[in-house]
Amino acid sequence: MDSLQQQHALSLLSGDEAVAMAAFDSGVKLGTGYPGTPSTEILETFESLGGRAQWSPNEKVALEVGIGVAFAGARALVTMKHVGLNVAADPLFTVAYTRLDGALIVVSADDPGMASSQNEQDNRRYALAAGVPMLEPSDSQEAYEFTLRAIDISERWQVPVLLRMTTRVCHSKSVVRRATVAIRPPRPAHFEHDFPSRVMIPAYARPAHLRLRKTLAQIAAWNDEAGPNEVIAGSPSLGIITSGVAFQYVREVAGEASVLKLGMTHPLPLERMRSFAASVERCIVIEEGDPYLVEGARAAGITVEAKPEIFRFGELNSGRVRRILGGDDSPEPTPVRGKPPALCPGCPHRTVYTALKNLNCIVSGDIGCYSLGVLPPFEAMDTLVCMGAAIGVGLGLRHSLPPEEARRVVSVIGDSTFVHSGITGLIEMVYNPPASGHVVLILDNGTTAMTGMQEHPGTGRTLAHAKTGKVVFEDLVRSLGVRNVHVLDPAADAAGFQKLIQTCLETPELSVVIARRDCLLATRAIREYERCNEQQAN
Amino acid sequence: MSSRPTNVVIAGLGGQGVIKASDILADVAFSAGLDVKKSELHGMSQRGGSVSSDVRFGKRVFSPMVPEREANFLLVIAPDQVEVNAAVLGPDGILIEPSQIDESSLSNKKSINVALLGVLSRHLQFPVEAWTAALKRNLPERLHDVNLTAFSIGRATELTLGQEK
Repeated sequence: MDSLQQQHALSLLSGDEAVAMAAFDSGVKLGTGYPGTPSTEILETFESLGGRAQWSPNEKVALEVGIGVAFAGARALVTMKHVGLNVAADPLFTVAYTRLDGALIVVSADDPGMASSQNEQDNRRYALAAGVPMLEPSDSQEAYEFTLRAIDISERWQVPVLLRMTTRVCHSKSVVRRATVAIRPPRPAHFEHDFPSRVMIPAYARPAHLRLRKTLAQIAAWNDEAGPNEVIAGSPSLGIITSGVAFQYVREVAGEASVLKLGMTHPLPLERMRSFAASVERCIVIEEGDPYLVEGARAAGITVEAKPEIFRFGELNSGRVRRILGGDDSPEPTPVRGKPPALCPGCPHRTVYTALKNLNCIVSGDIGCYSLGVLPPFEAMDTLVCMGAAIGVGLGLRHSLPPEEARRVVSVIGDSTFVHSGITGLIEMVYNPPASGHVVLILDNGTTAMTGMQEHPGTGRTLAHAKTGKVVFEDLVRSLGVRNVHVLDPAADAAGFQKLIQTCLETPELSVVIARRDCLLATRAIREYERCNEQQAN
Repeated sequence: MSSRPTNVVIAGLGGQGVIKASDILADVAFSAGLDVKKSELHGMSQRGGSVSSDVRFGKRVFSPMVPEREANFLLVIAPDQVEVNAAVLGPDGILIEPSQIDESSLSNKKSINVALLGVLSRHLQFPVEAWTAALKRNLPERLHDVNLTAFSIGRATELTLGQEK
């Protein structure tokens, strides 16, 4: 049954799995990242194939580790969701100035339509802003091939490369043929001193910036000549410039059109775009999200038509592309809403939100399963901005609200989110305490539940669930100088939990309450990991 | 097989095996040497909310999602999800739903997803051996018997009059 597929090295893979397979096939030395839908499965698959993959506390650290790998002459893959790149933006902008010895591939998994995110930022803007070459696969085959090409480009020009994916590319499965792109085998890791290329003090960074712009000009010329872009000949009356998954919708609904499909969208192959636009009567750009290609084309004096503004929002699909081509910008029918997600029956977070609602708290919330506390029947979350913001935003509320309101403010943050970017918020609390004190509630369910039960430094297990160093939250919090630290299981004694929160709210001191109980969905797996690890130790 | 792909949408609630059913179907089509695309959204949908998965197969497939009103089959595991997904079904599309299965005949009610695949299999060209093989590849061994039986129950169902194309 499998023989036909195996003969041709075919597999049915998601885009995430295809990236992982390419990373494995090309000898990537280390994969790092932080879990985030829709990127999470890349590192998990890479590890299951036999690659070495690690969860970092957050995306900034993940990228920094990847930079070290590439400075050592090896190949690094760093994965994150789109908002993760905001966290990793600091190293990204400066590593672009440096000279790599190995390869550095940064995967940004964008989420147009916000299937599972707090915004729908278009990270193609990052490639432009940071001066980093970018590839955009449109299906799993390209996810595989573009990962290999990205490694090749990264090593050839010694720069990091952004592999920009979107939810549909990450999570759709399609047929992948392996080993279609040949790249040279990885070199053994080795360190060469090169101060001006790696130490970005101003004296070295100034020439480094000039060098980066020169490199980008060379890459642009190469992209025009030989980049992974494709023209599909069709009718001269309609020409479509497109990239990413939008290409698939274009092919679905406009089989007769001429198409310029861009695989490398920074730096843009402007001369190819110019000659393509000139070869057709009407040239329209079909792209998901921001008018990134449109702005690039127009800035270069290429006349293209853009989609109406309403199609900036949400995902594209075949129907929407048909409407764009037909010039139909009438209001779209609202899709029938399905059943919304909810906290699982018996979830320990339920006890927590019941207590916060009973106490009429002002809840500064954060990102994870527990974000669902905003929905009925709890409606017990008042703010949610970004990873870790619960603490800072809660402090700001405490600083400015009148005392009777300030005393009701609680910051609620999950365990993985606390490690990701809550610790600095806690330091802020110790350093600049509000007059009314503050209460931080860490919901420790022993896993990164929302993204599908990934490990983190607080679980004491690696990405592959093996035993490793463990960050003990109560020890960490006490070491920062917080005196009122409470650890308890909220579900074991709901009334006692509510009483404790009430007591903490009434004192003008700083309190951290760690509500600890394993996620229901993870309990069994956690027990199994612990059992295996104990056996190995004995 | 015509040049237009066959479009199947499988829908239900988180935990009902929507994704598993679509994996099995995609595997059957892939093993038959067809081009296949399959799409769904992960993430928050795991928390008991609506889940749907699109499977398309044929000579060449472009969009991973089934275009509006182009589904040939809508397989719904939770009866209350019919309305949510009805718009995908084409004018000649066929609805496959739990009422077509006598649930008391299933030794494990959780295998309803596979029983409904059995109903779907009656409408498709793939040989039963291909389904059996895909079921075995996609399920742990301890679940093989219960699911193979559920599949047979679904496959043995009479095609309802008027639903045949």
